[in-house]
Amino acid sequence: MELTGADIFVRCLADEGVEHLFGYPGGAALHLYDALYTQDKVQHILVRHEQGATHAADGYARSTGKPGVVLVTSGPGATNTVTGIATAYMDSIPLVVFTAQVASALIGDDAFQEVDSVGITRPCVKHNFLVRDVRDLAVTIKKAFYIATSGRPGPVVVDVPKDITANKTEYAYPETAFIRSYSPVKEGDPAQIKKGVELLLAAKRPMIYTGGGIVLGEASASLTAFVRELGYPITNTLMGLGSYPATDSLFLGMLGMHGTYEANMAMHECDVLLAVGARFDDRITGELAKFCPHARIVHVDVDPSSIGKTVPVEVSIVGDADTVLQDMMKRVKASDIKPDSQALKSWWQQIEEWRGLKCLTYQKSDELIKPQYVLEQLYELTGGDAYVTSDVGQHQMWTAQFYKFDQPRRWINSGGLGTMGFGLPAAMGVQFAHPEATVACVTGEASIQMCIQELSTCKQYALPIKVINLNNRYMGMVRQWQEFFYERRYSHSYMEALPDFTKLAESYGHVGFQITKPSDVEGVLKEALGMKDRLVFMDFITDQKENVFPMVAAGKGHHEMHLAPCNAVVPTDRELA
Amino acid sequence: MSDDRHIISILLENEAGALSRVAGLFSARGYNIQSLTVAPTEDETLSRMTIVTSGSERVIEQITKQLNKLVDVVRLVDLTEGPHIEREMMLIKVRAEGSLRDEVKRLVDIFRGRVIDVTDAFYTIEVTGTGSKLDAYLETLPTGSIMETVRSGVSGIARGERGLQV
Ligand SMILES: Cc1ncc(C[n+]2csc(CCOP(=O)(O)OP(=O)(O)O)c2C)c(N)n1
Ligand SMILES: [Mg+2]
Repeated sequence: MELTGADIFVRCLADEGVEHLFGYPGGAALHLYDALYTQDKVQHILVRHEQGATHAADGYARSTGKPGVVLVTSGPGATNTVTGIATAYMDSIPLVVFTAQVASALIGDDAFQEVDSVGITRPCVKHNFLVRDVRDLAVTIKKAFYIATSGRPGPVVVDVPKDITANKTEYAYPETAFIRSYSPVKEGDPAQIKKGVELLLAAKRPMIYTGGGIVLGEASASLTAFVRELGYPITNTLMGLGSYPATDSLFLGMLGMHGTYEANMAMHECDVLLAVGARFDDRITGELAKFCPHARIVHVDVDPSSIGKTVPVEVSIVGDADTVLQDMMKRVKASDIKPDSQALKSWWQQIEEWRGLKCLTYQKSDELIKPQYVLEQLYELTGGDAYVTSDVGQHQMWTAQFYKFDQPRRWINSGGLGTMGFGLPAAMGVQFAHPEATVACVTGEASIQMCIQELSTCKQYALPIKVINLNNRYMGMVRQWQEFFYERRYSHSYMEALPDFTKLAESYGHVGFQITKPSDVEGVLKEALGMKDRLVFMDFITDQKENVFPMVAAGKGHHEMHLAPCNAVVPTDRELA
Repeated sequence: MSDDRHIISILLENEAGALSRVAGLFSARGYNIQSLTVAPTEDETLSRMTIVTSGSERVIEQITKQLNKLVDVVRLVDLTEGPHIEREMMLIKVRAEGSLRDEVKRLVDIFRGRVIDVTDAFYTIEVTGTGSKLDAYLETLPTGSIMETVRSGVSGIARGERGLQV
């Protein structure tokens, strides 16, 4: 029997196992929406802005490992997805975004709601397609899912002209997709792996640094076993948090611009560095010329272009993180050479000394709510077991520092693009994927306003998200840079008029609390976390002046961190630029 | 590190948009393109593209890796890594009047070019060779005599039995 393109679209999603489709209708998408109306396999979630749809699908993908799926109309519907697509692209998140397009015959005529969606999204997708014939639709959708989820994952856009959704053809969903020009590597080269392991075993001051690739590659278990076998110190990037248990003693915390003293110092002093699924981003390396000056580097990544991009490496291993780590483990176990326990002992002594500095200490207060305190309480009260999304700014860094993630896919944030507005819609996607779980969205009063409209979606679908607004009445991260580097000229980092967030939450049908006293923090969090079926918006009025420490300023090396003023022993140069 | 000239030859899916993916990659990442040619091959599903670029070893390595990452790129080779032949064709319209007429003709012969169109005042000339040969030819022409030049951009192929195939 012949089906319309719209019915084929829906059948493809069902056959692909898609359960949730985040979207927003419009003219060019009407056939598709009509087909959705008459089926019950795929649940469509109506957002309030297409950016919200992409972030929600993204949160869904990050918390499950499955692709997030989006459907929007042509023109403005498509352009509204661009920020979300770029966000997913930078963090290698598998999304399949369907953008409706004007009818094929109208393309190029500046038709109503026509935009070159394939052209606009090209620089921020892993790949994209314009469907030209209904007979290509099913194959294209299969390819889109295959590309999005394999190798180094990423977003794929499928642009579907309206006439294609009306035209008819026989339906058959392909079992597999074959693309002759695309075949991601899995196994690492054995000779390179051998070299890497030898280097690692010969180390006197080894260090392991891993990133989002461990999460994406489902390699946490292998990584954890491997690190424990060696007894080497490990640090995670912002994107990698949770892929190695944060409460484990081998874990030195996050590294980079707002990383811990011990992680950054160990990076600076190590003689062999193993990097897996991390890309030596500038927020990680600081000044490249000062990066890991003593280290011989082994780099494992599924994407060859990540290797040697910013930092030259000695041993490069292209392969799937999990497969390569298991192969490395086998070699370590079979090797006659064992880690130099004497050297390792003095290396750990050095590390413990750095750790002893307790670089995350902050000045406690009875009068002002310290943002770090709220996060410590959140960690305690959720038993470290919540899914936590964040927006972008100081609150994001504090969450990364103070919520100790022991499992992957629990920490959901926009690391690469740093997209304000990500947190709330991402939390929606997480909550859809894990209806029973506690999902907290840590945000700031500026970030939350960028996608606040999604509070309405949360009401429609009864999503019991716990919004933790660390309200410092400043774009805190911007203010911090202005304080340090622009002689306290707080140019446009302060908003004159803020909404009453409690009333705002209530007007959307949710529960709102404002918390102004430190002594109320624990009680309110407890109460909110107990409300299993309500979204609770907690507006914490926090200390406006708090800054994120440690900090590696731009142009500085890891050993030149600025520490919090309250840190007693300060061996690095404390003066800020 | 020296910025060496490289000729990168690509087999590309003959799909709408494939060219802009390659061109977009170069502009987005700030890589330099000296010339780019693209045309269909004997296999109608494939196009052959030749890019002349320059950069340090690190940059060239990134360029080839990033190109390989594009889903539409089927195969790729840096021709300058081995023995290869490069050719570029140039059409040039030159003022050729009076005494200049013989002089221009003589230079065409020296460079093994051909006069392919003639008017009272102009010759249109075709010259083929490496990029540097074409540059050299242009140098020899009397100043002010060039009305128009059109260069095809470089095409290249490996010497011997090596070939770029699917
Ligand atoms: C869409 C977007 N615009 C601008 C920025 C730049 N930016 C980074 S952090 C920040 C301030 C965030 O303020 P807030 O949400 O209140 O968080 P805080 O730093 O105060 O915790 C800004 C403007 C950004 N990251 N994203
Ligand atoms: Mg703020």
